Amino acid sequence: MTAPGDRAAALDGNAMAGDLREIFAVDVTSARFMCAGCTHTDAVATLMLWHQAPGLVARCPNCDDVVMRVVRAPDRVYLDLRGSVRLEVPLEGS
Amino acid sequence: MGIISRGFGGRRRESVPGLPPGQYLTHDFPVLSAGPTPRIPLDRWRFTVTTETGDQKSWNWTEFQALPADDVTVDIHCVTKWSKLGTTWRGVSLDTLLADVESAADYTMVHSFGGYTTNVPMEDLLDGKAWVAYKFDGEDLEPEHGGPARLLIPHLYFWKSAKWVNGVQLMTEDDPGFWEAAGYHMYGDPWREQRYQGD
Ligand SMILES: [Zn+2]
Repeated sequence: MTAPGDRAAALDGNAMAGDLREIFAVDVTSARFMCAGCTHTDAVATLMLWHQAPGLVARCPNCDDVVMRVVRAPDRVYLDLRGSVRLEVPLEGS
Repeated sequence: MGIISRGFGGRRRESVPGLPPGQYLTHDFPVLSAGPTPRIPLDRWRFTVTTETGDQKSWNWTEFQALPADDVTVDIHCVTKWSKLGTTWRGVSLDTLLADVESAADYTMVHSFGGYTTNVPMEDLLDGKAWVAYKFDGEDLEPEHGGPARLLIPHLYFWKSAKWVNGVQLMTEDDPGFWEAAGYHMYGDPWREQRYQGD
């Protein structure tokens, strides 16, 4: 029920790098997510990002389910990961 | 000239009595969306009330259009800080949709096509405070703004006015919806600046 043009507004997950760098010491956009909806696995950078919203909404490129949500309050950042089964973070020097 | 310039200009902005704290006036209608815009054919549209015991009552588009509707003029306030005053809508009051429903629930979860949810206390849906709106400014509600129909609950921040609404689930306990679970306030009163959890 989604018209093809409706998805054109999405950025990709690279646009979350700045917000996520404040939470994680590593660059999370290079980590791999597993979608809780369809088990699709890929780099966080490949998520489809909806940013014209009260927060950031990153959706699975395979099934459109929400994988990550980021909400910025003046003194806090909330990261909602319930749409992710796991994050796989590569370690430096491995 | 006099008519066109009304509402513009800094002096008037500060003297607008309908503006909650931390908000600014806008004259356009920004589109906020947490996902792809669902396109719902009217023959597949349905609005369903589900009680805490699982009883359901629902309307298809034709049945819904036959219900008595209100024309309302209200101010709307988005948590991203824009406010728009004097917006005009047509919609069916939740008083009408919940009139014959047997329930002791104090809380509700509003559901939308596309999976969006938001929680609203039952008492905030009743007594002429909320509508399922299908016209804005005299025109059919555009998909970008939540058409065919969206919730309109103007006394709370506008994320509670769920776009593409398709039902209300009545609940005996409060549960967070899409944004509430991710850090936004469970109630969202713009006059008390209840933007985030703990505000
Ligand atoms: Zn998926």
